Amino acid sequence: MKAILTVHNFASDLVTTIWTPVFVAIFLAIVAYAFWPRNKAAFDEAARLPLREE
Amino acid sequence: MSQPSISKSMTIGESGLAVVFAVTAFLCVVAAAKALDAPFAFHASLSAAASIAAVFVILNRYFERPAALPPAEINGRPNYNMGPIKFSAFMSMFWGIAGFLVGLIIASQLAWPALNFDLPWTSFGRLRPLHTSAVIFAFGGNVLIASSFYVVQKSCRVRLAGELAPWFVVVGYNFFILVAGTGYLLGVTQSKEYAEPEWYADLWLTIVWVVYLLVFLITVIKRKEPHIFVANWFYLAFIVTIAVLHLGNNPALPVSVFGSKSYVAWAGVQDAMFQWWYGHNAVGFFLTAGFLAIMYYFIPKRAERPVYSYRLSIIHFWSLIFLYIWAGPHHLHYTALPDWTQTLGMTFSVMLWMPSWGGMINGLMTLSGAWDKLRTDPVLRMLVVSVAFYGMSTFEGPMMSIKVVNSLSHYTDWTIGHVHSGALGWVGFVSFGALYCLVPWAWNRKGLYSLKLVNWHFWIATLGIVLYISAMWVSGILQGLMWRAYTSLGFLEYSFIETVEAMHPFYVIRAAGGGLFLIGALIMAYNLWMTVRVGEAEVQMPVALQPAE
Repeated sequence: MKAILTVHNFASDLVTTIWTPVFVAIFLAIVAYAFWPRNKAAFDEAARLPLREE
Repeated sequence: MSQPSISKSMTIGESGLAVVFAVTAFLCVVAAAKALDAPFAFHASLSAAASIAAVFVILNRYFERPAALPPAEINGRPNYNMGPIKFSAFMSMFWGIAGFLVGLIIASQLAWPALNFDLPWTSFGRLRPLHTSAVIFAFGGNVLIASSFYVVQKSCRVRLAGELAPWFVVVGYNFFILVAGTGYLLGVTQSKEYAEPEWYADLWLTIVWVVYLLVFLITVIKRKEPHIFVANWFYLAFIVTIAVLHLGNNPALPVSVFGSKSYVAWAGVQDAMFQWWYGHNAVGFFLTAGFLAIMYYFIPKRAERPVYSYRLSIIHFWSLIFLYIWAGPHHLHYTALPDWTQTLGMTFSVMLWMPSWGGMINGLMTLSGAWDKLRTDPVLRMLVVSVAFYGMSTFEGPMMSIKVVNSLSHYTDWTIGHVHSGALGWVGFVSFGALYCLVPWAWNRKGLYSLKLVNWHFWIATLGIVLYISAMWVSGILQGLMWRAYTSLGFLEYSFIETVEAMHPFYVIRAAGGGLFLIGALIMAYNLWMTVRVGEAEVQMPVALQPAE
């Protein structure tokens, strides 16, 4: 019983803790996407989007 | 115009909605008859009347309209749907004036308590949620719905999804406001700050909000523009998160399905934690993300400059999304909430300073190369000053969330001052700026009736804000210091009533500031009214001349 609880605690700790590195990784991926040199032209175009409509 | 070959028939939406409202009307009549309390009977009757009116309007609209539905495009250009936008813009101005007026009344009640007239309906406890809901959800909400429907169409270059659905959203949302507001006056409340409406109003809002999400999302999916502009990201985050917050904070068990009273599903500190998870994320996603969407579209458009840094806007968006969710516990410092949770809330609140200022810099720097327009265009000035207030209140907020600072500021007028520098300066001014842009665009006018009146509005309202927030800062810090002052023998130096007495002059100044803000809004309403009534029509855009009703 004690062993099961230990495994359970370990699993629940893992599940509740894993979000931090996962979210940090996702965020870093977003930052990389934002600063990726090849995306610059597309972003410069997008920044003008409100000006070229109708 | 209409092709005779098309035979006229009701759409599924028209017939379905008419049937649903007919059934609702019947159910509401039954509920009114069996009601356990008078306010519930009133709201059931109101809903029955509104449902019957809805059936009538839907059928009437069907008989009046041509056989063919409005086309998505005319001559290769999108046939934008401006009707619901106009409705929401009008309602926002109406509720704005109502909300500012109620704010002035309760500010005056604090200075001169006799003004509550000793009547339950006009007591501070009932008028205060009426004020907060009217300015945040009625005024701000209508500005957000109107501007989001405008921006999503224009930046996706496609007509708004649905024909009845956008109307269902704008009218349904305002009916929710009506039920919530009259409920407060009659004493119907859940007593959860910014979530006061009772269970039946909450259920109705859920339906309206899901339709809002669908209209917005389907419009984005149908877009002709490959890229989803950053403003739409902010709007979508606002709509989705408000849905989650609303569902998360409002689970309650009604005492009876025929009565207004309900009890919240969980109690004690869990309820407090949930409430402020809701409350602060409402600040983050209703009062911030939604209005940042306005900033990212209306400032570039008005200044005729591109967004300063699109990269920054992406990082701004995602860091707000990742950080906001844990800021709520700073509302519960030194309470029964676990200490680690309080510290976590403080930490996240301080971290929020960075994305907030990133966004502010992005908004302000969008003017680079167009700073001279601030002298000539009071509308742009209003938008830019709003961003400056955003920067100021997002610096003040993290500072106040630090526990030592909070031990002085909490429960004092400093909080009220902070909230109003954000609400009047940021949300108010960015909304005014957006409406000053939106009304001529939606009604197809060349420009505003009078820029001079905008200038008057700007200066009168700015003076009002300065009076308001400086009075509350002084009052709040004075209050906090008086509460913690001890005599040499270790007794509290001041009785509570002495601290209340000391507040009086600041309450008078605050009411004066609120009065100026209201006068500014009245000038604005006149200006917008005249823009629609006598403004010169824009002739270059034949497409916009056919607003599909």
